[in-house]
Amino acid sequence: MKSDREKVVTILNKYARNRDSLISILQDVQSEYHYLPEDTLRVVARQLDVPLIQVYGVATFFKAFSLKPRGEHMVTVCQGTACHVRRAPAVLDEVKRQLGIEPGETADDMRFTLETVNCLGACALGPIVVVDGTYYGQMAPGKVKKILKQLKKGQ
Amino acid sequence: MVELTIDGIRTIAPEGTTVLEAAMEMGIIIPTLCYHPGLSTYGACRVCLVEVVAGKRSSLEASCTLPVEQGQVILTNSEKVRKARKLVLELLIASCPNSKKLQDMAANMGINRVRFKIKDRGCILCGLCVRYCKEQMKSGGLGFVSRGTSRSVATAFEMTPEECRNCGGCEWICPVCEQTCGAGNLIDGLCGGCQNIAPVETCLVCTGCSQSVNHQGHKVY
Amino acid sequence: MRKLRSAVELKQLRDGIVSGRDPNKLCISICGGTGCRAYRSENVASAFSKEIKRQGLTNKVYLKVTGCHGFCERGPLMVLYPQKIFYQRITLGDVPEIIAETVMKGNIIDRLLYVDPITEDKARFEDEVPFYRGQQRLVFGNNGIIDPTNIEDYFAVGGYSALPRVLFKMQPEGVIEEVRKSGLRGRGGGGFPAARKWQSCRNAPSSNGIRYVICNADEGDPGAYMDRSLLEGNPHSVIEGMIIGAYAIGSHDGYVYVRHEYPLAVTNLSIALGQAKKYGLLGENILGSGFDFDIKISRGGGAFICGESTALMASLEGKIGEPRPKHIHTAISGLNGKPSNLNNVETWANVPLIINRGAGWYSKIGTEGSKGTKIFSLVGKINNTGLVEVPMGITLRKIVYDIGGGIPKGRRFKAVQTGGPSGGCIPESLLDLPVDFDRLTEAGSMMGSGGMIVMDEDTCMVDVARYFIKFLTEESCGKCTPCRLGLDRMLDILTDITEGKGKEDDIGLLEELGSLIKEASLCALGGTAPNPVLSTLRYFRDEYETHIKEKKCPAGVCKALITFTIDGVKCTGCGVCARECPQTAISGEKKKLHKIAQEKCIKCGLCRDNCKFEAVIVS
Repeated sequence: MKSDREKVVTILNKYARNRDSLISILQDVQSEYHYLPEDTLRVVARQLDVPLIQVYGVATFFKAFSLKPRGEHMVTVCQGTACHVRRAPAVLDEVKRQLGIEPGETADDMRFTLETVNCLGACALGPIVVVDGTYYGQMAPGKVKKILKQLKKGQ
Repeated sequence: MVELTIDGIRTIAPEGTTVLEAAMEMGIIIPTLCYHPGLSTYGACRVCLVEVVAGKRSSLEASCTLPVEQGQVILTNSEKVRKARKLVLELLIASCPNSKKLQDMAANMGINRVRFKIKDRGCILCGLCVRYCKEQMKSGGLGFVSRGTSRSVATAFEMTPEECRNCGGCEWICPVCEQTCGAGNLIDGLCGGCQNIAPVETCLVCTGCSQSVNHQGHKVY
Repeated sequence: MRKLRSAVELKQLRDGIVSGRDPNKLCISICGGTGCRAYRSENVASAFSKEIKRQGLTNKVYLKVTGCHGFCERGPLMVLYPQKIFYQRITLGDVPEIIAETVMKGNIIDRLLYVDPITEDKARFEDEVPFYRGQQRLVFGNNGIIDPTNIEDYFAVGGYSALPRVLFKMQPEGVIEEVRKSGLRGRGGGGFPAARKWQSCRNAPSSNGIRYVICNADEGDPGAYMDRSLLEGNPHSVIEGMIIGAYAIGSHDGYVYVRHEYPLAVTNLSIALGQAKKYGLLGENILGSGFDFDIKISRGGGAFICGESTALMASLEGKIGEPRPKHIHTAISGLNGKPSNLNNVETWANVPLIINRGAGWYSKIGTEGSKGTKIFSLVGKINNTGLVEVPMGITLRKIVYDIGGGIPKGRRFKAVQTGGPSGGCIPESLLDLPVDFDRLTEAGSMMGSGGMIVMDEDTCMVDVARYFIKFLTEESCGKCTPCRLGLDRMLDILTDITEGKGKEDDIGLLEELGSLIKEASLCALGGTAPNPVLSTLRYFRDEYETHIKEKKCPAGVCKALITFTIDGVKCTGCGVCARECPQTAISGEKKKLHKIAQEKCIKCGLCRDNCKFEAVIVS
């Protein structure tokens, strides 16, 4: 995916090309493209005058960043401790079965990306599944199966 | 200058030096893996552990990054240190058995079994190559990628970096690449073949730090 | 909004705001914390807004969307002031009735009240609800009456009273002394005496005079969300605390490092910072005192390790979150090599309280070693899930039963896990333990940031230990050998045990690895990582042994060790389970007993979830 160099430079200028702001810069780049395309990282490294591996290292260290394009729908399953004791692993297994992918992966048809997160802070609703920003609480394998079926049909 | 006691012997060292440097100055050998005198210290391998005694309590610290302090009491080869060091080596061998350096160290320590399944990663993540490329060659083409169990040493996008000068230094300084274990038939991850061939490290001054000193006066970890 | 140039101007502004508000005017306070928003509480708030307009009541009743009220189990919830009528689990459909009956006529709607499941008492007012009755909400209490996006609400409850007192009536050393006398210990997990840290930071030399004051809002412990709710609901309490701290330490540059997963907290904090700046409470010449201080927000990238002080500061410098050994403390050399004082969100929020009410008053709350209150997130197998603020020294039993309402579905209490992945489990035998930094540590756990996960008889402690180690293998930075390789091997062993492949030496090896990782790791993540395993081994060793020797999971959790069967008596042959089974492992004729083919069964639990007759047995 060819990105707009100008967009990246604008972001860099917003942070005064400050190396300390590398993480914030990458967060803004990711907001723009929904992931971190390779050439954006090259532009950032060149403009900040740091080795590419340094930028790449930061991009791969933090879980918020994705170096691969994400799917149309983002499905996040909370795996926090409170959700775990309320059987979140069984919910995750069902989601994996329904979407056919592992956490961190995107389906081949680019429709779904599955992620796990360690606590969203809405523990009263646990186990939680978030689909495109909408929270679904008190999930169980049966309930999440229904929601995903509807999503696959196109809501 | 700072006064401290290492293995029962009082010594002095300039402020800002590390316990490892102070011990080396005295002729005491502390085994290391991620340390190299020409590079910045890293403190990751945890092989150079020493026991820092403070009254009734003590803690284990990596001597390569531990600054000397007035009145410090250090033990480089106590029971606690040996036990920890052995387990560290056992873990390293289980994830990287094909290294002569590691095998020699293990043999010296008297490790005769590896209780973990061998998951050969071919790398101990000591970071010497990364630091060499950055600090000696001023290139910085190698770095750490990802984190946790998935952490690895790599180049960006797994391509040869622009900065690479083809010096071969990364391979030369690597304790795994430097000499792969030639035995070819590791038993449960251990070789033990070179133990009799490679010279055992000998301290310049014997502090009688441990009872496990073999008949030749060589330090056995 | 204009810049306040003196303490007098601030007082006048506050008096003006307070006198402009009628304390008897009705006010609907709707919880807008992330938890209730997940229950779609903003829709309820919009509905109220529309209905109030429709009924022409805009001059008769305020509507406020506040931060988290704490009783998350019963959201969406609202409180009607001044009476403090408490309604829980309200829906869109309830809105017109609430307006018509309670707001307009003063009638209480019974079905929206909280009913105690055991005594069946109805609580009409917030203070009558057992969940709230047992608490002492000194720091968190204002969450229910402040709109976090409106600084005037904070002024109205006495906010920013401590600041002018500090700037004009106290010297920096005096502020540190007051905090020292209060006995305030860090609320982020370390429990380090705050004043001592402030003093070291103040005393540490800085070549260019720069010192940093940082707020750790990385709250990574899964199940803990106190800091999020404080930042979302009362950001000014944290800001005020930081300005006071900065004055005491001699710092002009502040940062709040917020976890990536907290967008609402970032939003509300940004708004609050903007408003504070406009009023001259941040920036140059604060309140005309000559003291400069500003705060920037920095967002995390999704890394638990960045809650560790040196990793957090590395991240602020644009680097990966790799900790460094703390031979030289961050108070002496931290961010950019400068003296830096890092404190947790809740610690900062306690500061204005201490200044306003005095160290003497504060130090009377709590125990000898642990002063003040602590906010806990009470989650897991508990009836009243939510955030609770209690004085230090209260017993765990009181929290779990009196405030928490006990275990749902009549199941038996088994353990409460405190301190997150660095902590441990407290069994039933220690339920009368007072909650106190030192007592929890003695019991093999720790206070941590405040997460309290309640577990019952259906929780497998080996599975819990495995869960935490897995978490830590992913969150470890991976630099040092004991943590990176040691935790990986501990995970292998625990996985084997939960899959019925446990061996006799496993427990010994777990203990040996645990000991190494604790003692030889570079940072506190490794230093505390084995705690969940060591603590479950201490109190639930028999459960490990049953998994290893008998290949059984007493709690019925570990998939490889459990079997799903259908009860011959309860089964009605309705066939729902067979339809739901993803492996078509269930067969049976209509109205006849159904059977699960064990070789096909993947233990997903869908049959049990869907059976209306509780005919699926797990053994």
